[in-house]
Amino acid sequence: MLLEYYLIATFSIFLSPGRTPILGPSITKRTKAMLKKLLTGAFCALVAGSSLAATDPMEISIAYVGQQIDLGPVLSNIIPEPKDSGLQGARLAIADSNTTGRFLKQHYNLHEIAGDDPQQLVASAFDLYGRGIRFFVANTDSDTLKSLRASLPADSLLINAGSRDDALRSNQCIDGLLHTIPSRAMLADALAQWLIMRRWNRWMLVEGSTDDDQAFAAAIKRSAQRFGGKIVAEKAWSFDTDLRRTAQKELPPFTSGTEYDVVVVADERGDFGEYLPYNTGLPRPVVGTQGLLPTGWHKMIEAWGAAQLQSRFEKQSERWMNEKDYASWAAIRSIAEAVTRTGDNSSEGVRGYLLSDNFELAAFKGRKLNFRGWSGQLRQPIALIHPRALVSSSPQEGFLHPRTELDTLGFDEPESQCRVAR
Amino acid sequence: MTIKTKLLPLMIAAALASPAVHAAKAYISNEKDDTLSVLDLNTWEVVETIDVGERPRGIALSKDHTKLYICASDSDTVQVMDLATHKIIENLPSGADPEQFALHPDNRKLYISNEDDAIVTVVDTESHEVLAQIEVGVEPEGMAVSPDGKWAVNTSETTNMLHWIDTETHELVDNTLVDQRPRHVEFREDGKLLWASSEIGGTVSVIDVESRQIIQKLNFEIKGIHPDKIQPVGVKLTPDGKYAFVALGPANHVAVVDANTYEVLDYLLVGRRVWHMEFTPEKDYLLTTNGISGDVSVINVADMKVERSIKVGRYPWGVVTLAD
Repeated sequence: MLLEYYLIATFSIFLSPGRTPILGPSITKRTKAMLKKLLTGAFCALVAGSSLAATDPMEISIAYVGQQIDLGPVLSNIIPEPKDSGLQGARLAIADSNTTGRFLKQHYNLHEIAGDDPQQLVASAFDLYGRGIRFFVANTDSDTLKSLRASLPADSLLINAGSRDDALRSNQCIDGLLHTIPSRAMLADALAQWLIMRRWNRWMLVEGSTDDDQAFAAAIKRSAQRFGGKIVAEKAWSFDTDLRRTAQKELPPFTSGTEYDVVVVADERGDFGEYLPYNTGLPRPVVGTQGLLPTGWHKMIEAWGAAQLQSRFEKQSERWMNEKDYASWAAIRSIAEAVTRTGDNSSEGVRGYLLSDNFELAAFKGRKLNFRGWSGQLRQPIALIHPRALVSSSPQEGFLHPRTELDTLGFDEPESQCRVAR
Repeated sequence: MTIKTKLLPLMIAAALASPAVHAAKAYISNEKDDTLSVLDLNTWEVVETIDVGERPRGIALSKDHTKLYICASDSDTVQVMDLATHKIIENLPSGADPEQFALHPDNRKLYISNEDDAIVTVVDTESHEVLAQIEVGVEPEGMAVSPDGKWAVNTSETTNMLHWIDTETHELVDNTLVDQRPRHVEFREDGKLLWASSEIGGTVSVIDVESRQIIQKLNFEIKGIHPDKIQPVGVKLTPDGKYAFVALGPANHVAVVDANTYEVLDYLLVGRRVWHMEFTPEKDYLLTTNGISGDVSVINVADMKVERSIKVGRYPWGVVTLAD
């Protein structure tokens, strides 16, 4: 238990500043600093419980529940998704929060649970609850989220940093659940606003066969209705040939037969969609899950100080930060921000503050973020990117909302049955 | 005639050696061009563009006005430029990714924010020695040294604190929690008050230096601009203590504040994403760097009007001015 505490988290209390006038290569410096921190941590562990009660930091323990989901074989398998998506964002948020916590005598630590068996994950989470942990950040599918909520008593705060499921934000509300990952509706609305702004109103929708693909296609249809897009053709992709060899032959006729401005593709796991750009029947852009992609985070985001977050993340994780990493980072930073501002580390106190008007999170998106009182969704701008550049960021200018334009993305209060702030 | 002919090469040599002799000038760092623009403050024209290190942001004059210090963020160094020749004469060991800095009244100790490493580096500008490295919060940014030289104050953008560093011991002795993403700190001339901007919080906090407590928080409101887009960055106080100017970033306005009643008197429209500001040597004009529009706006301080804007390089960031 103790070992877990001090090895998992970056321990940085009790460090006296200003003692290391070293300007060596940063790796050496970091290694030294880490060693110093570990040693200090081990020292504190030895004397803890005896004489240091007055200077004990406030402990904030957060569990990260990561479900490894097997998406099955895909045609476009050349660049695999990182296995630690989400987890690395959680680790960075703990490190960031401990740097701040050092000045306030607050210490954050992370308990990592990972696996592919939902039942096992829920059991492990319940076990952590039994050991006093009340904050849970979940990077799982929506079924596992429901099991987690059913298993964990009501005084635990659960934040969804993995599931984009629209139902959780509209009609299958889970009590007290907050979301930091954007919903499919938010992503589709962000894309739709941009298409309408470009006056590219005629969309050919090409969808894969998985439930997730269907859910993304449904979000696109909803956005079309909201913002005035017209779905001129809807096509189901069911071919099983290897597009790495035959895309040029098969895709142009598949995307012909009607006039359109863009092809919107719904292929969440990246089975065939990567082969659509440049292989459409008409010379038109591809947008959606491939081509121009709406996302909560991407390497190409660098404004508003994002370059600093990206570089911290890359130093830690040796890869680029993605949307799941960002969602986990934002979830833990939100908890830490609430503890910093209130000095209260109870789940009730944190939840109350997160849903109050006082909460604001600076999260490298050019404006403060906060949670919707109905769906518990973190309001946030959505980036539209292609692999090498940021194309735009939604909400687009001119899409107005009486509360904040950010609420033009996703399920607005009248459209949602959820009332998380009640 | 002969005298003139003899003198001419000398005059040319003199002109070449010190292009800065005849007029008040402003130096503007262009973050995405890796250059400084030199602006003639009489003609309002860019008279020279100087190549410097990568991603220049914060710039500051030495107290004797002979040198200019330049944070070359992506070159991981602070460059020293000779103002007489416009040549880079030295590189100081700055720590990684220096963004902003402040020079101690002793003209030697330079306090540098190292954004990527969560430390403040203190460098002796004469011996080039690193005197201390002080651990601060995540993403240190703004730096200021109090007029009496006692305090160095650093802002950390993700930790949301002002860190108070004792310049004698180089120990961090106190922290003041402010609103989201503190960017810039500016001492009043008498050193009793400190103004701190919070970019994402949208506020400016005024802090009593003695107690290190917030005594006033300023909010801004501009018709037709969403509150989230009003993002205070640079702050400048008039030397007479009457006014404060607050650059509001993507709101494209500079707020004029009564520095005694804290009432916002006016909002002046400037270029896009306004970052930092500096008075001309006579304090009759205020220059603003406008990142996205790539220009400098000139505010007439007497009648509080924006008089002109001047195109400089890409993403102008820092600005200093120098008398004749």
